[in-house]
Parts: sequence; C-alpha cells; structure tokens
Amino acid sequence: MASSISDSLRNGLWRENPGLVQLLGLCPLLAVTGSFVNGLGLGIATLLVLMASNALVSSTRRWIQPEIRIPIYVLIIASLVTCIELVFKAWFPDLDRALGIFIPLIVTNCAIVARAEVFASRNPVGASILDGFVMGLGFALLLMAIGAFRELTGQGTLFARMDMLFGGEPVRGIVLADNGWLLMVLPPGAFFSLALAIAIKNVIDRRRTDARAHLPRRARALDR
Amino acid sequence: MVHRMSERPVWKSGVTLAVIAAVCTAMVALTWQLTADRIEKNKTEWLERSLQPALAGLFFDSGVTESMLVIPQPHELPGKDAAIVYRVYAADKPVAALFVVTARDGYAGPIRLLIGIEMDGTVTGVRVLEHRETPGLGDRIETGKSDWVLQFDGRSLLAPEPARWAIKGDGGDFDQLTGASVTPRAIIKAIRQTLLYFEGNVEAIFAAESSEEETD
Repeated sequence: MASSISDSLRNGLWRENPGLVQLLGLCPLLAVTGSFVNGLGLGIATLLVLMASNALVSSTRRWIQPEIRIPIYVLIIASLVTCIELVFKAWFPDLDRALGIFIPLIVTNCAIVARAEVFASRNPVGASILDGFVMGLGFALLLMAIGAFRELTGQGTLFARMDMLFGGEPVRGIVLADNGWLLMVLPPGAFFSLALAIAIKNVIDRRRTDARAHLPRRARALDR
Repeated sequence: MVHRMSERPVWKSGVTLAVIAAVCTAMVALTWQLTADRIEKNKTEWLERSLQPALAGLFFDSGVTESMLVIPQPHELPGKDAAIVYRVYAADKPVAALFVVTARDGYAGPIRLLIGIEMDGTVTGVRVLEHRETPGLGDRIETGKSDWVLQFDGRSLLAPEPARWAIKGDGGDFDQLTGASVTPRAIIKAIRQTLLYFEGNVEAIFAAESSEEETD
C-alpha cells in the first residue's frame, strides 16, 4: 500500500500531472493564475470537486451502464460543483467573491471527467479518493506555481491579497518591485508561463533518462 | 460495442439515468437548504462591510442597509442603470448619504463606485466595488493595491472647485496613476457628478421612502 501511495503521488504530481502532462483544465489554469492567491483558491476548490466526484463515480460504478456513463459523470460533477459553490458562498464568502465565475466553471475542467473515466470507474472507492487527491494536488501545485511566477514577474509582489482566503484587512503581500512586466499578468503571460513550466519539466525528465542510460546495466536493473 | 448496446434495453438505461438525476437533484436541494440562510446573512454582512469605508469618522445610530433608496432612471447620477443610495442618520437627523454609482467610461468597462457624502457636501470616502481595469495599471484604484482612492477623503465641490476636479496632467488637483489616465478620469468625473447631484437633491433624497427590494 505504501508503495502504491508514493507511486500515485509521483503520478499525480509529476509523471501524469493533469496540467503539465495531460494538459487538461487549461481554461481555469490560464485564466485565474494572475496571482498566487487565486491559484491557491481555485486549486483547493478543484481538489475538493475531484475527490468528491471520484468517490461518487467509484461508489456507483456497479450500476452505471457503459453507454450512459458520460451523461452520468456530467450530472454528478455538475451537482457536486453546485454544492461546493453553495458551501463556499456560505462559509468562505470572500474566497467565493475572489474566484467568481471560476468555481462554476470547474464543471468544464476536463481533468475531472478524465479521472472519472480513466480511474474512478474501474477502482475501489478508497483508491479513487486517493487518486482524486493526488491529481487535484498536482493541479493545485501547478496553479500555485504559475500564479506565484506571474504575480512576481507581472506585478513585483508575492502573496498579495491573501486576506481573500484567510480574512482580515487587505494585504499587499511581499512587495519586491513597484511595477512588473505587465504582459505576464495579462493572458499572454499565462501561455508563456505554462510553456516555460512544461519546458522545465521536459528538461528535468530528459536529464534523468540520460543519467539512467549511462548507468551500468546491473545498476539500472537495481534502479527499477 | 454496438452488439453489447443492443443487449440491454434502452429503458433500463433511462431508469438509471433518471434515478441518478433525482439523487443529484436531491443532493443540490439539500445543500441549498442547509446553506441558504447563511448565504443570505453573508450577503447582508458583506454589504454592511463594504459600506464601512465610506462611513469612517461618522457618528450614526441607524441601520445603514435598511435605509436604502433606489433612484431609477432617468437621473443625473453616473451610470445607465438605477443608482442606489443608503441614508445614514444620527438621532433621526440625516448625517450622510452613501451612493453606489457606475462610472461608465472606465478603460475596460464600467467601474462600480461607493461614494460617501456628508451633509455639508464633503466626501467621507470612495471605494471601488467592481472593475475590470488592467492589472498592474488601472487596478491600483483598489485600496488593496494603492492609496490612490484615499485622496478624495474630505474633498468637496469647494475644495477643489469643480473646474479643478481632474488629474494633475489635465490641470486639476488630483494625483494620477502611472500608465493609466482613462481610469482616474472616469472616477473623478463620476465623483464630481455625484457631488453635484447630492447638492441639488439632498432634500428629495432624505424625504423619500426606503425602497423595499434589493436590486443587484
């Protein structure tokens, strides 16, 4: 079990990261990552939906005929997102205001249908919840990384407006510069940042395989 | 695949779908039941809270949100839609009026403004409630990003005179925002217009009955 947990962690965070590798959920990924706090907020919301939807799809998988599975996933995901939106409105009103339209738009995040189809419909409930958690975490971490990068380069600040998540007076965060490269906060910056993140991941992966290829055969066998 | 589909009667799939739809609807209905009161409470709280900045330094003893007045079109306030005024009282005497108006000539769409005006015509505070201005440039009208909007505190149509209600670059008295000139112009114009409206309609505003329904 321990090895399967670390294995699925590695899958969700790196090898099959929904944003970096599967390129799913690009709409929210590109749209809300103007600042770290937005990335964090939407990351948490997506993580919750992903875990709940995986749990529901997995626990009903016995009764779902394959030919109607897609409408059922859509029903389940849409209802869940509505519930989570209501819960956010009731208990985290500031966060709800900050993320605005992007909470309802989680419905359109293909990463969620993809996990329902690929994983939750074939695996037990516990494993499906874990899968939802690691995939959601991988997506959330990417949202936060791109959010932080764009905020830093585009506005010269980091962690500004964290009050939207944690309450209190408006905070300006860590101000490193008065101005940034504005383009990074605008839509093109989102594409640049995602491209950069994918490129960095590919470089790291290539280095690793190269390093592995140069190991003696015995060591390579052990490494596996 | 085609073969397998024909094995199972369509009505069975329909029933499954209907059952799951019913369960999902029940789930949403239940969540709504559990959250509706809190959401309503949050809305009022948020409104009270967002009105606070324009009430700073005022003494009043009335519930602000209860004294709402909707001013329908046509009116001389900024904005195409109905404007909203909250009237503030102390011991049943008018103290100030809070206007929610829309500056229509922002750089990237309308800017919703909260403008508080004391009985003598001085501004108690201005806050931007909603806007779509450029991040990093025009969005410094938010108090979370810069103090720009605080320069209107204590101003009136006498200080400066109406002709000098403009940014310094246009020969006025107010600071500009680097890289954004449309946004400040729109806001200054809206504040001035609201002050003028207040001056001409004070009595009518405080004589009117409160409006019942909340408008979004």
